[in-house]
Amino acid sequence: MCGFGNGNDALIPRVGVITDIRTETPDVKTFRVVSPEGGKLFEHMPGQCAMVCVPGVGEGMFSITSSPTQREYQEFSIKRCGVLTDMLHSLSPGDEITVRGPYGNHFPVEDALKGKNLLFVAGGIGLAPLRSVINYVLDNRADYGSVDIVYGARSADDLVRLDEIREVWAKAPGVGVHLTIDREQEGWDGHVGFVPAFLGELGFDADRTALVCGPPVMIKFVLSTLGEMGFGKEQVYTTLELRMKCGIGKCGRCNIGSKYVCRDGPVFRFDEIDELPDEY
Amino acid sequence: MMGGIYGISKDRLEKLFSALAAERELYLPVMSGGKVNFSVWEEGEDVRLDVTKTAKSPKDAFFPQFETLYTCRTEEGKLKIDPEELCRREFVVFGMRACDAAGLRVLDRVFLSEPVDTFYAARRELGTIVSIACGEPEESCFCRAFGIDAASPDADVAAWFSGERLLLKPQTEKGTRLISSLSEYLTEADGAEAAIEEEQAKIRAITEKLPYSLLSLEGWGSGETKRKFDSPLWEKLYRPCLACGTCTFVCPTCQCYDIKDYKTKNGVQRYRCWDSCMYSDFTLMAGGNNRTTQLQRFRQRFMHKLVYFPENNEGTFSCVGCGRCVDSCPSSLNIVKVIKAFSKDGGDE
Repeated sequence: MCGFGNGNDALIPRVGVITDIRTETPDVKTFRVVSPEGGKLFEHMPGQCAMVCVPGVGEGMFSITSSPTQREYQEFSIKRCGVLTDMLHSLSPGDEITVRGPYGNHFPVEDALKGKNLLFVAGGIGLAPLRSVINYVLDNRADYGSVDIVYGARSADDLVRLDEIREVWAKAPGVGVHLTIDREQEGWDGHVGFVPAFLGELGFDADRTALVCGPPVMIKFVLSTLGEMGFGKEQVYTTLELRMKCGIGKCGRCNIGSKYVCRDGPVFRFDEIDELPDEY
Repeated sequence: MMGGIYGISKDRLEKLFSALAAERELYLPVMSGGKVNFSVWEEGEDVRLDVTKTAKSPKDAFFPQFETLYTCRTEEGKLKIDPEELCRREFVVFGMRACDAAGLRVLDRVFLSEPVDTFYAARRELGTIVSIACGEPEESCFCRAFGIDAASPDADVAAWFSGERLLLKPQTEKGTRLISSLSEYLTEADGAEAAIEEEQAKIRAITEKLPYSLLSLEGWGSGETKRKFDSPLWEKLYRPCLACGTCTFVCPTCQCYDIKDYKTKNGVQRYRCWDSCMYSDFTLMAGGNNRTTQLQRFRQRFMHKLVYFPENNEGTFSCVGCGRCVDSCPSSLNIVKVIKAFSKDGGDE
C-alpha cells in the first residue's frame, strides 16, 4: 500500500464561492472569493498567485489582488481578454468556481522592503498585483518609509478602483498618488501622458525601492526612466506573467532559463531578470 | 532468499509472466500494430524482450499519457470536487533498459521534489522494475555519453541474458521481495557471477564502439545559458523541424504536461496529458506568446535538457541517450546533431 493520502495533491483545487463582483472598468471586474464554509480559502503573501478555474471552461493563473491583511476573503481583479476571463465576467455573486494556491514567491515585504521608501509604478491591470502590496504596506504603515504611487491607464474609466485610490490611498499619511491617462478626456483635470514620461517628469530620488507592473512595453520604458534617475537594477522589482498549467514548476510551460515563473517567481528583481534569456 | 543470483531458462519465461500477472499488473514490451511498446500483458501476447528499444519509452507506467486528476460535479446546486484515487495496485515493469531506468530518475527529480506529485509518487512506490542489460545495443544508442552503463542497469532487479538463461539479481528490498515471491520458477545460480561479467564485458565492448559513443558533453550544463542561448547555430539547426512533437512523446525524460477538461454526463473530468514544448500553443496566452517562432521552441527543448535542467539538478542532464529521437524524427533532427554542432567552437562561430 502506498502511504499517500488522497486529494492532498497540489493540483487538486478547492471550491470557492464568489460573494461579490465589482465592475472596475469597462473590461475589469474584481471577484471576491471565500470558501463554502466562509472565510479565506488560504493565507497568502503580497504578489502570490492562484489558479482560478471555471470547470469545463478553463483554468488560469491570476495574481491575488487583496492584501493578506484582509482577514475575510481574497479578491482577484481580472481583465476580460479570453475564453476563461469572458466566462468569469459572466458570473454572478453566489456562483462557484475552483481555486488552488497560493503559488510562487512574493514581494519581500517582511525583509528587503522593510523600512524602505517605496515607489509603485503601475499601468492598467498591472495595478492588480501591486494593490496587494500597497494595502499591506498601508496596514503596516510604521514598517515602511515614504510611499509614492504612479498609476496610469488608457482613460480615466480604465483606472481600476479610483474610489479607493482617492479616498484611501491619497489620504493616507506619507503617501503620494500620481495619476495619468494616455489621452485628454472630458472631465479629467489630472495629468495626461504615458507612465514612463510622467515618471520622468515627477523625477524621484533614487533612495527608493521601485515596484513595477504593467504591459511589457511600459515596463521596458519605465526601467530605462528609472535608470536615468539613478535607480540600480537591484532596486527594482516586477512580476512576470507566462502561461502556466501546474503552478508548481513541473508542467514546463513557464520555464525561462533555469527558472519557473510559477515557482521561482512571479516576483523578480531586475538584476535577476537580466540573468534570464530574453524570452518573457 | 536475500541477494544472490537466480536463473530461469528462456522457455519458462511465459510461466514466470503468468505467475507475475496473476498477482499484479505486469508491463512487458509487446508487439502490437508493427511496433513494440510496453503495455499491461495478457496471456498469448507476443512478448519481445529481444527488442532493445521500444518505440515509446516505458515512462507511462509511472506518468501515463492521460490520467484523470479529479472530477467536478454539481450536487444539490453545490460544486463538488472528487479527487481521483491514487494508484493502489502493485505492478511490475519487466524488461526496462538502463537508459529508461535512468530516465525515471530524471522524472523523479521533477515529480518527487516538493511539492510532491502524489499521483506519480504512488506509482513509483507500488511499481517494481526489472531491467535487462542491453545484449544488442543499437547504432542510435548513446547512453554511455551520459555515464549510463547498458551492462548494469539501475533497477529493483537487474537481469542479463546468458545463453539460454535469464539471470536475475535483486538490487533493492523491493526486488528481493519480488524474487522471493517467484521462488518456484527460479533456480539459485550463485556460480553465475562469471557469466554475468562475461555478458557485461561483451556489452561494454559494443557500446564503446557505437557511432555516438564518443559524443562529448563538454561545454554543456550549468552556467552555459547566455553563451548557448545567443548562439547563431540555432538559426541553422532548427530549420528542418516540423514541430510535430514526436521527439517529446518518445522521450523517457520529457515531462511537460497539459491539464484539460473533459465534459461527461455527470460533470467535468480534469485530466492531465503529455504535452510538447514543440507546439505553438504551448506558451500561448490570451495576452500574448513568449515563444512565437519554431526556432525559440526548438532551442527551448535542447537548452532545457542540456543547460537549464542540469543547473537545477546538480549537473544531471535531462537526456539519457536512448536515441529514440534519433530513430523517430521525420526530419532527421535530434539531440546528437545539436550537441555535435556546438562541440566545434562552443557555438560562437
